[in-house]
Amino acid sequence: MAPKTLYDKIWDAHMAHEADDGTCLLYIDRHLVHEVTSPQAFEGLRMTGRTVRAPEKTIAVPDHNVPTTLDRLKGIENEESRIQVDALDTNAREFGLVYYPVDDVRQGIVHIIGPEQGWTLPGMTIVCGDSHTATHGAFGSLAHGIGTSEVEHVLATQTLIQKKSKNMKVEITGKLSLGVTAKDITLAVIGVTGTAGGTGYVIEYCGEAIRNLSMEGRMTVCNMAIEGGARAGMIAPDETTFDYCKGRPNAPTGETWDAALAYWKTLYSDDDVHFDKVITMKGEDIAPVVTWGTSPEDVLPITAHVPAAKDFEGGKVGAAQRSLDYMGLTPGTPLQDITIDTVFIGSCTNGRIEDLRAAAAILKGQKIKEGMRAMIVPGSGLVRAQAEEEGLADIFKDAGFEWRLAGCSMCLAMNPDQLQPGERCAATSNRNFEGRQGRGGRTHLMSPAMAAAAAITGKLTDVREMM
Amino acid sequence: MEKFEKLTAIAAPMALINIDTDMIIPKQFLKTIKRSGLGVSAFHEMRYNLDGTDNPDFVLNKDAYKGVNILVAGDNFGCGSSREHAPWALLDFGIRCVISTSFADIFYNNCFKNGILPVIVTEDELQLLMKDAGKGSNARMVVDLENQSVETSDGEVITFDVDQHSKHCLINGLDDIGLTLEKIASIDAFESQMAHSAPWV
Repeated sequence: MAPKTLYDKIWDAHMAHEADDGTCLLYIDRHLVHEVTSPQAFEGLRMTGRTVRAPEKTIAVPDHNVPTTLDRLKGIENEESRIQVDALDTNAREFGLVYYPVDDVRQGIVHIIGPEQGWTLPGMTIVCGDSHTATHGAFGSLAHGIGTSEVEHVLATQTLIQKKSKNMKVEITGKLSLGVTAKDITLAVIGVTGTAGGTGYVIEYCGEAIRNLSMEGRMTVCNMAIEGGARAGMIAPDETTFDYCKGRPNAPTGETWDAALAYWKTLYSDDDVHFDKVITMKGEDIAPVVTWGTSPEDVLPITAHVPAAKDFEGGKVGAAQRSLDYMGLTPGTPLQDITIDTVFIGSCTNGRIEDLRAAAAILKGQKIKEGMRAMIVPGSGLVRAQAEEEGLADIFKDAGFEWRLAGCSMCLAMNPDQLQPGERCAATSNRNFEGRQGRGGRTHLMSPAMAAAAAITGKLTDVREMM
Repeated sequence: MEKFEKLTAIAAPMALINIDTDMIIPKQFLKTIKRSGLGVSAFHEMRYNLDGTDNPDFVLNKDAYKGVNILVAGDNFGCGSSREHAPWALLDFGIRCVISTSFADIFYNNCFKNGILPVIVTEDELQLLMKDAGKGSNARMVVDLENQSVETSDGEVITFDVDQHSKHCLINGLDDIGLTLEKIASIDAFESQMAHSAPWV
């Protein structure tokens, strides 16, 4: 039998139909739904008299629009946001979906609660009308974002019309240095591949540095596979994965667990399998990084200087100049001289318990810079509860951070958490696009520990100096 | 979905690389529960000044590009968020075809579901088309899906590849949910087999 990659194995196991022209129907095991990209899909079902084929495999939660302030149960002030969240509520109840409403402690960012509730398991196909669905690939599942038309297609048929992507391997060898995290890995990789480097590929991350990551760290790495242009990112499941899954509310138990585990242990890329593209980086070579521009590929070690447009080639020259203008930066400035006024710690990239622990380790006994607006938005109600139990919330509040309820918040600023024009934010989210966190807002992406360090000094800061 | 067969239209050049879906349609317009009406908000931050007036420097605000139906854009068009509001906004604005050297995967798929043809060309071809698009309303570009070709106003012809299933659906304006439901027996069979072999799913 020809050797297969992890991606090949999951693909083959989900082929519901293959037409003569090679068009494939891929069966979908889990469909995650949020309020922004689903209303038109449910409307489409109603207009055509169709229904949801597998409501028990369809998990809905509001996350993008929900306020994260403590008084949010009094209702959403913005009318359009409220209508959208209400529409999800109606659709979830009418079609009988698995549903975590805003007043449920399990509510949170869709990509955080899927794994937390045990909906996300190895070997599954998982889709959501959200590009950061790649997160779930950390479990050795095939997970990717889809558009709203495809959301409707999955709702109606539990399948997706697909063409197979190519295989790409990203290997991170060796060990990470002090202060270097999963976020630094994933940003450093995009810094090398560029935001289109993964286009047409599914990435499998492997190597000692990936193996040594916790599930939280692996989710951070896979989450940003889309920022490198890849359809999905994935990591072969191992004991770390199985330990995380065991005992989750929707994970199998007893004999079914044993059967599942036996299957999951077959999910790895065979030894001599061919990858269409391979990238190898040494863990030791990765430093804590930040972004300077308006594309996630604009990555530099914190010890570097702001580049000039002439440092680039081709279309990137113009793009870099536009980024520098937008970001208000002068070439040659040390990155550590860039002052910030806002810190956002949270998002599906870095809103899990390990991220909050990393931030708390830096913030313990410290105060944020005077005048700094700093907020921590846990990824789910359960992450928030755990952080409170571990005493992290007190550390954040004592340091001067706002301690919020769960949601996407300032990652994309659909709720009231937004930047004003010219404001500059150290963010643990995933996109530094123009206007992403608010029109005219300037975003520097980094790890939770780096964002915490920046909150204290008021500047982009090398967290290693605080460790 | 409206069919796409052959389009003879004004093309606009947007040489910038990495035009992301946040640029095409910013988040404040994602709160709609409809597909229509987003054209007025397309490229909002590039198109309008902070006070809401038109930015005269933005290409689509120029008289030469009134009635544009084709965009010729820099590499990696449509990267970032999966929001289908991006093709909805382009379509509502009147764009039926986008030409670039590469597209982000999800955006590329989303186009086909909405009657927009994304065309992938080489860097040299893009430069040629970018130049032709620079002529504005003095020129017309012809995009022919059946023959998989783009013809400049000077009569230079470029051919492109496209997935045959997507082409078939676009040319005939087909709803692919309907097509998939014709294969429901296969899905039923797959599902019952999975229920047996992988009951944890």
